[in-house]
Amino acid sequence: MALQEKYKELVDAATAAGVNDLNVREQDGVLYIDGATSGAVKQQLWDTYERLDPNYASGDLVMNINSVAGVPEGAKLKVTTNSSNLNIRKGPSTNDDIVGKAARHEVVTLVGKENDQWWMIKTDAGEQGYSYTQYLTPVE
Amino acid sequence: MMALVMVTAFMVATMAGCKSTPKDADLKTAVETAIQSSPNLSASGVTVDKGVVTITGQVTDEASKDALAKAAAAVPGVKSVVNNLTVEVAKVEVSADTPLALAVKDATKDFPTVAATVNDGIVTLKGELNKGDLQKLMMAVNALKPKKVDNQLVIK
Repeated sequence: MALQEKYKELVDAATAAGVNDLNVREQDGVLYIDGATSGAVKQQLWDTYERLDPNYASGDLVMNINSVAGVPEGAKLKVTTNSSNLNIRKGPSTNDDIVGKAARHEVVTLVGKENDQWWMIKTDAGEQGYSYTQYLTPVE
Repeated sequence: MMALVMVTAFMVATMAGCKSTPKDADLKTAVETAIQSSPNLSASGVTVDKGVVTITGQVTDEASKDALAKAAAAVPGVKSVVNNLTVEVAKVEVSADTPLALAVKDATKDFPTVAATVNDGIVTLKGELNKGDLQKLMMAVNALKPKKVDNQLVIK
């Protein structure tokens, strides 16, 4: 119960923001918060988490807020890598060969979702393969 | 003692017979309506005996247990509530180590100063990282269904 107190502001914010399928439960000293929402709300919740637990140092919360669940096939995605090009791979893992690259800030098209981490994308140049969703941001 | 029980039973029976008192069957329906909209309740049951409501079922947390008892008590005509709800926390789904380790490797690939290990669902992060990259890394690792993220990174 103590963890629910510590992160009460976070859970309240998620509830107030109308996060879909919000699920909060505590097990073995870790609080789990799951749900789906927009990218903006996800950012807000993570900023709150960081404020309540500076540098995420306590290891007492696992927060999985999915902001890309509702992105449909055919959607346009912007490549948001830190600086480098985004690898496009033959299969959904970094063990798979690189079959192409997308430049930073290039806009690509979502072809299909393998899982929450790997999506099949296609570039305007026609290169198609799997890329890591962490570096893809839906163009809104 | 026996006399007290009999007197109490008589009073309850008398009160239940009053015209203004809702019937147990009506109370049952009203209480069911009041509590069954809760998404945290499953396998619920409501019985009413002379205005005393007993609720059974499974809820996902203590807060829901209390809230549902209050909701039942707030139904007009309910004399008291026997709260027999049990808290049944669903097991948190945790990834198996092998796929988790692969996913963690993918997620940390762009952070070469970070060394990540996986053991029994717990992801341990060691090494150092710029503060500006920490949130992005944590978002990625938290999305992989770990049991816990043990962040031992030195933040620069």
